[in-house]
Amino acid sequence: MKMWEILKRELKSYFFSPLAYVLLGFYLLISGYFFSTFVLSTHYAVLSPILSSMVTVFMFISPILTMRLISEDMKTGTDQLLLTSPVTVTDIVIGKFFSTVFVYLVALVITFLYPIYLKLYSSPDMGSIIAGYIGVFLIGVTFISIGLFASSLTENQMIAGVIGFALILMFWLISWLGDVFTGKAKAIFQNLSFFDRLNNFLNGLVNLSDVVFFISVIIFFIFLTIRVVDKRRWS
Amino acid sequence: MMIELKNVTKVYGTRKAVDNISFSVDKGEIVGFLGPNGAGKTTTMKMITGYMPPTSGTIKIAGYDIVEQPIEAKKHIGYLPEVPPLYLDMTVEAYLHFVGGIKGVPPKKRREDVERIIHEVGLTDVRKRLIKNLSKGYKQRVGLAQAIIGDPDVLVLDEPTVGLDPKQIKEIRDIIKELGKKHTIILSTHILPEVSMVCDRVIIINKGKIVAIDKTENLSAALQNSRRYFIKVEGPYEEVVNSLKKIEGVTNIEAEVDSDNTIKLTVESSADKDVRKDMFFAFAKKGFPILELKMLNYSLEEVFLELTTEEESYDENVGNTKEGA
Repeated sequence: MKMWEILKRELKSYFFSPLAYVLLGFYLLISGYFFSTFVLSTHYAVLSPILSSMVTVFMFISPILTMRLISEDMKTGTDQLLLTSPVTVTDIVIGKFFSTVFVYLVALVITFLYPIYLKLYSSPDMGSIIAGYIGVFLIGVTFISIGLFASSLTENQMIAGVIGFALILMFWLISWLGDVFTGKAKAIFQNLSFFDRLNNFLNGLVNLSDVVFFISVIIFFIFLTIRVVDKRRWS
Repeated sequence: MMIELKNVTKVYGTRKAVDNISFSVDKGEIVGFLGPNGAGKTTTMKMITGYMPPTSGTIKIAGYDIVEQPIEAKKHIGYLPEVPPLYLDMTVEAYLHFVGGIKGVPPKKRREDVERIIHEVGLTDVRKRLIKNLSKGYKQRVGLAQAIIGDPDVLVLDEPTVGLDPKQIKEIRDIIKELGKKHTIILSTHILPEVSMVCDRVIIINKGKIVAIDKTENLSAALQNSRRYFIKVEGPYEEVVNSLKKIEGVTNIEAEVDSDNTIKLTVESSADKDVRKDMFFAFAKKGFPILELKMLNYSLEEVFLELTTEEESYDENVGNTKEGA
């Protein structure tokens, strides 16, 4: 499986450089801070506020995590190796995508400590916590697919990071437009909003439509990335 | 036929980088791709390796169309671009393993291949080092090693010796010659002696068009339909030139007064007649001493210039840039 080779290399590149450690450390530090201050101040055995702020932190981290994925290959010329090897563009893009998903998954798995602590000292609603995690995972992977797409647009990592962040921010703010409009327009903007959908998960609701929505957005951006990489060769 | 190009054209915007070129390379040949900077060498190589598709025309590698059956065709290609495509954060060994992986070499064979190639290319001492810490010469070797993993039938090497010091250049050339015994190689260069040293055949390209394809030795012989001599004579200009004109077989004389009473001449004669003796006797009779006399050979350099320089276009370009500046 060629995709697997790409994935392995990207993972090595994450973990042989300080990047993954710094970002993971930052992510865990902030979320740990949220968790401990929240629990200590409120004494509630609830995780959703922490999960929500973890998503906010990942909003800032994901563009940094994804910005080099494709742009770096273009800049250093290693895309010449990849694109002249018997590998499809789909393999390359999906391999890179899953490598970042894996890093994200590692971060999430470490935060499983929080619900375990809650479970040890109290009786939280595990169902809603699991639902919350599903939402946090899906929206994070969506951020990754957007960042991946941004990275395919330019060979400049910084610009890719900024574009990725801007796109994510746009999807966040788009629900505000729903408040401005009425009728059909309102419905469209609210449906596009990531965070309304995330709130469903955090409240313990796993709607099939929300799951399908996130997966569709992810597939859409991966598809777009493949098209961009392919298209560049023809210009 | 390992490489086959038919009417290949590449257009960037409105500029034709490669203009309707066709050629083919047989199994086991080393072909040199020669041309001035910006002639379309790199573009052609990028198309051969499937990095970018041609605007029109077809390219076949080992019988597979690079656009229609890219995966099959690419299995037969090893490519060293102008700047070797290295992941600087990997060790030499890890990098070569990775390349073996994406080239589809099965794990067991991959280990053997990497081992063998590390020795072949001379990377044994640096195999555990990070690529970013290697010198330029070693990086180039890693680039070469990367291209030959998986034993591709066709090697495409874009300026493999550029930027190296003379010792490294010689080493890389030796490796290429060695590789040429097993692989079909097409290599681009703008260093002319390199072609005569390593290549069986030369393709000269200029402004996107092929201006000559021939065996390396034929190409310089093609221009050898005349002989040329350099001669330095002491004597009055008029008389020296006149006595040369009288010699049978002399076709062209270029004379230049060197210093007081000495004249430098480049004399051409037809290929079947050696006029050195005639010149000697002619000048001896007049009492003009010959200070220097030698045969001039056309070098590949001159062939190249002859083929790629059109009288006006170069001057025009120079003129334009000057006006612009």
